[in-house]
Amino acid sequence: MSNRGPVATHRSSTGIPTGRLATWWVVASEIFIFGGLIACFVLFKLNGTPGFEDASKTSVAAGAFNTFVLLTSSLTIVLAHAAIESGERKKAFNYIWCTIGGGIVFLIVKTYEYSGKIISGDTITENLFWSFYYTMTGLHALHVIGGMVIMALISFDILKGYNFQRVELIGIYWHFVDLVWIFLFPLFYIANF
Amino acid sequence: MSGTHTHPNYVKIWFWLVILLVISTVGPMLEIPIITLITAFGIAVVKAFMVASNFMHLKFEKHIIWFMMIMSLILLGVFFFGVAPDIMQTKGDQWIDCISDNSCVEQRL
Repeated sequence: MSNRGPVATHRSSTGIPTGRLATWWVVASEIFIFGGLIACFVLFKLNGTPGFEDASKTSVAAGAFNTFVLLTSSLTIVLAHAAIESGERKKAFNYIWCTIGGGIVFLIVKTYEYSGKIISGDTITENLFWSFYYTMTGLHALHVIGGMVIMALISFDILKGYNFQRVELIGIYWHFVDLVWIFLFPLFYIANF
Repeated sequence: MSGTHTHPNYVKIWFWLVILLVISTVGPMLEIPIITLITAFGIAVVKAFMVASNFMHLKFEKHIIWFMMIMSLILLGVFFFGVAPDIMQTKGDQWIDCISDNSCVEQRL
């Protein structure tokens, strides 16, 4: 595995590669961003705040399909990691682009959902449920877009033969994005009580 | 971690994740709140653990990463219970029901 570049590649105090340690720090900070929003959502729901019954208006099929897409994209990015570790650059490149494809499908479904909801009058200012819905799923979608851009950049790097370790790092990030959706799905789509 | 462990069977893990997804989607159709709670959120926790453990390779990571993640979750719990009274406890001398009579808006204006 290539580790070229003027960076300290390992932290002697932890024995963990710098990039991976940094990625885990990102994950830790993201836990607060999404966790804080989820915590507030749960508290308002438990308090019986009006508007949360609108969860019945979201499409379970679309949410479930998007969960399936993200789970599958998690599989392809971890397979890319396994492929690059065994030196199969082209295979890793293909798996990364399958993952990006998954991200695109996810965003298309999300756009379809957003447009349907906005047309029917369920906008971000309608009530607290929709405020949470658009804020959290929108923030999540931004993370998906960011992950896709970084993955595309990494894919060309590995074809050129360097920064292989970044496949694992973007994988950790992408799995976290998947993990967040695993919780958003029941909150917004199936908890209608 | 990289190069120091064998990769688990990712396709098999993905398969179980999809099975769990199906259960969490079908469970609420029974329209029994406790079943929905278990199949939706209980399974979400299991799925999250499977993804973190196997796909993110958390089970192969050093203890310091586990420590970081657990501390984050503990601090999130502190946040949850710190904010809870503000949202849940709306009775007391300092609380006014300004939403019903629209006085919140008037106060801001």
